[in-house]
Amino acid sequence: MQITRRSLFKIMGAAGGLSAIGSRAAAAENTSDDDYGCLADVGRCIGCRKCEMACSKVNALPPAQTSFEDMTVFDRNRRPDEAAFTVVNRYFSSRADERGQPVPAYIKVQCMHCLHPACASACITGALKKQENGAVTYNPSRCIGCRYCMIACPFQIPAYEFSDPLTPRVRKCTFCFENISKQGGLPGCAAICPVEALTFGTRSELLKIAHQRISEAPLEYVQKVYGEHEVGGTSWLYISKVPFEKLGLYPLPEKEIPHLTETIQHSIFAYMWAPITLFGILAGAMRFFNPQQMSGKPSQIQTEKEV
Amino acid sequence: MSEHARPAPIAAPFWTPGVLVLTALMGIAAIFIAARFAGGLAAVTNLKQSHPWGLWIGIDVATGVALAAGGFTTAALAHIFGRHHYEAVTRPALLTAMLGYTFVSVGLFVDIGRSWAIWKPLVFWQPNSVLFEVAMCVVIYLHVLYIEFIPAAAERFGEKIKILGTLNRVLDKVMWVFIIAGVVLSCMHQSGLGSLMLIAPTKVHPLWYTPILPLLFLLSAIAVGYPMVVFETAIATTSLNLEDEMQILNPLTRVTVFLLGLYMAVKITDMAVRGTYSYLFDGSVQSRAFLTEMIAGVIVPWVMLLFPGVRRSRRWLFISCAMIVLGVALNRINVFLVSYSPPHATQSYFPSIGEIAVTAGLISGIIFFYRVAVTFLPVLSARPREVKP
Ligand code: SF4
Ligand code: SF4
Ligand code: SF4
Repeated sequence: MQITRRSLFKIMGAAGGLSAIGSRAAAAENTSDDDYGCLADVGRCIGCRKCEMACSKVNALPPAQTSFEDMTVFDRNRRPDEAAFTVVNRYFSSRADERGQPVPAYIKVQCMHCLHPACASACITGALKKQENGAVTYNPSRCIGCRYCMIACPFQIPAYEFSDPLTPRVRKCTFCFENISKQGGLPGCAAICPVEALTFGTRSELLKIAHQRISEAPLEYVQKVYGEHEVGGTSWLYISKVPFEKLGLYPLPEKEIPHLTETIQHSIFAYMWAPITLFGILAGAMRFFNPQQMSGKPSQIQTEKEV
Repeated sequence: MSEHARPAPIAAPFWTPGVLVLTALMGIAAIFIAARFAGGLAAVTNLKQSHPWGLWIGIDVATGVALAAGGFTTAALAHIFGRHHYEAVTRPALLTAMLGYTFVSVGLFVDIGRSWAIWKPLVFWQPNSVLFEVAMCVVIYLHVLYIEFIPAAAERFGEKIKILGTLNRVLDKVMWVFIIAGVVLSCMHQSGLGSLMLIAPTKVHPLWYTPILPLLFLLSAIAVGYPMVVFETAIATTSLNLEDEMQILNPLTRVTVFLLGLYMAVKITDMAVRGTYSYLFDGSVQSRAFLTEMIAGVIVPWVMLLFPGVRRSRRWLFISCAMIVLGVALNRINVFLVSYSPPHATQSYFPSIGEIAVTAGLISGIIFFYRVAVTFLPVLSARPREVKP
């Protein structure tokens, strides 16, 4: 599929010149190495759910149905939803401890704050936006509730307040935008983590730390940083001792998700050349085939004369 | 070939049993819509976090737009390419398009979470968004359709309502601009609708996910335009007891053989190039839905239309056109709903009673207002059938 798509762009060559400029400009926008990110080390996470608790508090989310100390929630795979921006899930890997018990791996799930967020590219009004510090934020006052962002997100993150009749919101991790905008501010989840499974910093720093950690323990860690290249890179990064796809972090293309749609949009609508050309061709056709229409004589009458 | 009468209002009793059924369906839909605005989407729909779009997007919006394509294809044929022979079907097709798009807007209004904010895309532009482009085109096109319909209204009420008459005379000179703009806007958003799901490459099943999806949407919309006209004209003339318009409809279907064949060829070539035929017989819901769409909705009716006997027979013509219409409808439902398989979904989506009732109500609304319009306005050219001995 990749190859086909690429060759399509080659075919679209002429138009592609324009589009490449367009999408490169869009890609460069708002992203730099100094963006903040967060490194989640699945190998360190102990599944204490403190991050869930902190997140709920920092973001003033509705009280959770079960206590954050309740560990039975792990029996079921959960997704972030309209009442929880992050959840920790437990997976059992093939690894066993000295007593032969399977070793659990815990993974925290939240918005990845993509470098080229599909949600923001899709959003009809620009309610979702990649901020300069790396956070992808949501502005309810622009949202119309079309839920196209939910269709677009490859990580299936945005959740919707389906039960609210008039002012439902899209809900997702904010990267604690207000907090991290302050000097020395931390996201609620990273601040509380007791085992430093979550490291906050600039993305370039975090990538260095991540590569260092996995290369220092090559037999334990999977030699890959998830989020470094996936969908064009994400601000949140994961390293793990268990294969990522066993943790629900599925393989994803390296191409930014909005690449294809933005290329199409930019190549067709650059200076509106396509619609204007089509209009011109059709006007020419009408002039040739049906000139009466253009001079304002309704063709109805003309038909009658003809007959 | 017989001479065609000018379009005229239909002198038929309005409140038939069929119209009463339509009214009842609209009433039921109104109750569910009220419930949606009282209790939120969750109260009426089966939408979930994993499946944010449902029947209302798949049928009311996507299928609605596709099946309203008869409006611009007949306009192009009659007004741009000067095939005046088809003049008689342009008005009913225009009416269907106008009503179709009106109800697409109603469906969207009910479906979006913040209905009162529906105007916001007009102010907050986001040109990267395919949905933004589609929405803008649909809004403008809806207005173009109403403008194109003014002559029909003016013919009937232009004397009584002076403004209408004046407006009509002014428009006469520039109508060609609107006619062409309508075709351009249609091409843009019909294909745009196909680009919508391209934002979800990892969620849309490979049988449908292709970079040429916008082209396929455009080709299928153009191909379904005339069969839709045949389909609705046949139903309208039968239920209103008018003389059928076979002599117009018959040649329309020769065009269809070409247009549908083109769509079929491109779609099959695309499948061959991408190698997705490997998914065809894996027995999944998706593979079966795709096969149904292609065989019953495209290949069989196309082969049928190759036979002059089918094209001449009123019944078989209707059957083959109905299959094409349903095939395109199924394609839209497949692309927007069946193909959508999010990686972390634990449940699949199936529409609720409420969603089905609202969709049925909106379709009834289109038919109801079609009935109202043809009764009071000069839309149909067909004359009442002569009593057969
Ligand atoms: S993970 Fe999803 S919601 Fe978060 S930024 Fe990426 S596309 Fe948007
Ligand atoms: S639901 Fe809101 S945030 Fe999401 S795409 Fe639509 S307008 Fe944008
Ligand atoms: S960054 Fe903030 S909003 Fe996101 S998961 Fe952590 S605490 Fe919650």
